[in-house]
Amino acid sequence: MSVTPQHIADVATLARLELDTERLQGITDSINEILTLVEQLQSVPLDDVKPMAHPRDEHQRLRKDEVTEHNQRDQFQAIAPDAQQGLYVVPPVIE
Amino acid sequence: MGDLTTVASCSAALQLGQISAVELTQEYLRSIAVHNPTLNAFITTAEQRALEQARQADLRRAAGTQSPLTGVPIAHKDLFCTQGLATTCGSKMLAQFVPPYDATVVQRLDGAGTVTLGKTNLDEFAMGSSNENSYFGAVKNPWDVSCVPGGSSGGSAAAVAARLCPGATGTDTGGSIRQPAAFCGITGLKPTYGRVSRLGMVAYASSLDQGGVMAQTAEDCALLLSAIAGHDPLDSTSSSAPVDNYVAALDRSVKGLKIGVPRQYFNAKLDPIMAQVLEDALKQLESLGATLVEIDLVQTQLAIPAYYIIAPAEASTNLSRFDGVRYGYRCQDPRDLQDLYRRSRSEGFGSEVQQRILVGTYSLSSGYYEAYYGKAQRARRLIAEDYAEAFKQVDLIASPVTPGAAFELGSKTTDPVAMYLEDIYTLAVNLAGLPALSIPAGFYDHRPLGLQLIGNHFTESTLLSAAHQFQQVTDWHTRKPALHAEIER
Repeated sequence: MSVTPQHIADVATLARLELDTERLQGITDSINEILTLVEQLQSVPLDDVKPMAHPRDEHQRLRKDEVTEHNQRDQFQAIAPDAQQGLYVVPPVIE
Repeated sequence: MGDLTTVASCSAALQLGQISAVELTQEYLRSIAVHNPTLNAFITTAEQRALEQARQADLRRAAGTQSPLTGVPIAHKDLFCTQGLATTCGSKMLAQFVPPYDATVVQRLDGAGTVTLGKTNLDEFAMGSSNENSYFGAVKNPWDVSCVPGGSSGGSAAAVAARLCPGATGTDTGGSIRQPAAFCGITGLKPTYGRVSRLGMVAYASSLDQGGVMAQTAEDCALLLSAIAGHDPLDSTSSSAPVDNYVAALDRSVKGLKIGVPRQYFNAKLDPIMAQVLEDALKQLESLGATLVEIDLVQTQLAIPAYYIIAPAEASTNLSRFDGVRYGYRCQDPRDLQDLYRRSRSEGFGSEVQQRILVGTYSLSSGYYEAYYGKAQRARRLIAEDYAEAFKQVDLIASPVTPGAAFELGSKTTDPVAMYLEDIYTLAVNLAGLPALSIPAGFYDHRPLGLQLIGNHFTESTLLSAAHQFQQVTDWHTRKPALHAEIER
């Protein structure tokens, strides 16, 4: 399964990345090489094997629904590129 | 300063009052100032903070409330959040990022009284096997500055090897502790998935990432692991399994230990010099009373394709948090919100990171999920079952860490697949969540080679004792690189 530059451009839109045409071809070539490498899995009979998401096959524990953290909004917003009055500032979404 | 280059020797000298933590810290800061311009192992050095921590450590020792690690200088891989101290992840994205909290690993080591000398260089967001993917430049291998130190914890490995710190933290997603440890001739332990908290360790691939330790000796790794291992209520994937006494276990004999030697690794394809080094190391373990058993890991060839689907898929999800809004880099004058996202990410991430995000987004996208991610998760189970089967017969498994010794800077940067194949012996361990370590076992010309020992889940004490016993009868771990501008300690 090989991908075209157009395909990668579409994926870049999903990933919120901007690729100029110059980089697009190079990155498409690299990704095709990587896909060839991972393609080996396609010929392995795996349909009867259960997928494994956790490396020790464990489920995540749940904790009680209790408040354990105190409010650190100011501390966390102090490192934002732009925050005012407790809000993150971004370009207008609705004109 | 005598020979205060290991965690254990620093701890002993501090305990005996032969040196103060402040003096020890000053010595290490001096060494870093001399050698770091050549090696580029540290992104940030924290002089004032380190000296203040050292003063506190001296007070604590005077008050008699110390731990064995109080006053011992260490370094943290720059992927662990340190409150008030820059945490860059080797990325332009986080070049100015100063975390408002500490990673649990950092908090625990601080609590034990270690002194943080600085933050070590790495491949951007831990994605790489050579440390050439850092926004802050490549790290040089202290054994040969024309070669890579390995990656992604290349800065930690180079710093320990060059005696710029007695020990350091690292993280291992597909070999990122073990491979640089091997290339730099030091000992590196990747614990069982869940043994060490991932809170504040910036995520690459959440089901594979595990923090660990790097030092000259297995004894030092045991001392450091003792401080960081254990359940963390703030990391739901951290295990509540009881923590062994790793230091007490070091003296355990390897007599009767069964060590599996996988046929799939020790075959004609293995480099003859590497094969000889590993054979000699295994003979040493045999002479200490271990029994070697030939085993099979038949699914091992699935590890590379499975890993290079699962890791980028998880990375693409994890790295979506870097959006130029809440922290990290933001592009200049965004036209609109989409432009802000896209340009901040494209300008902030390096090319390898963008490539992995794209591969991950592609493999998770509608219509491809089952063909890629689904298959990889199924293959992952076969790999884990392979090991489970092997551990019915043996206590540990021996293998190479790398196909060869450290390669030259720039020799694999244009070929992603060649770089990925460097991880052939380490990836499967992460997929199965097992603990493994790399110990120095010999040389290829002047460049170090490592032996990998893999254990079953939560058998870190067996791994560390086997490595420690090996290091009682070998001296590979005591060899140090001849650095230019060597200063008398």
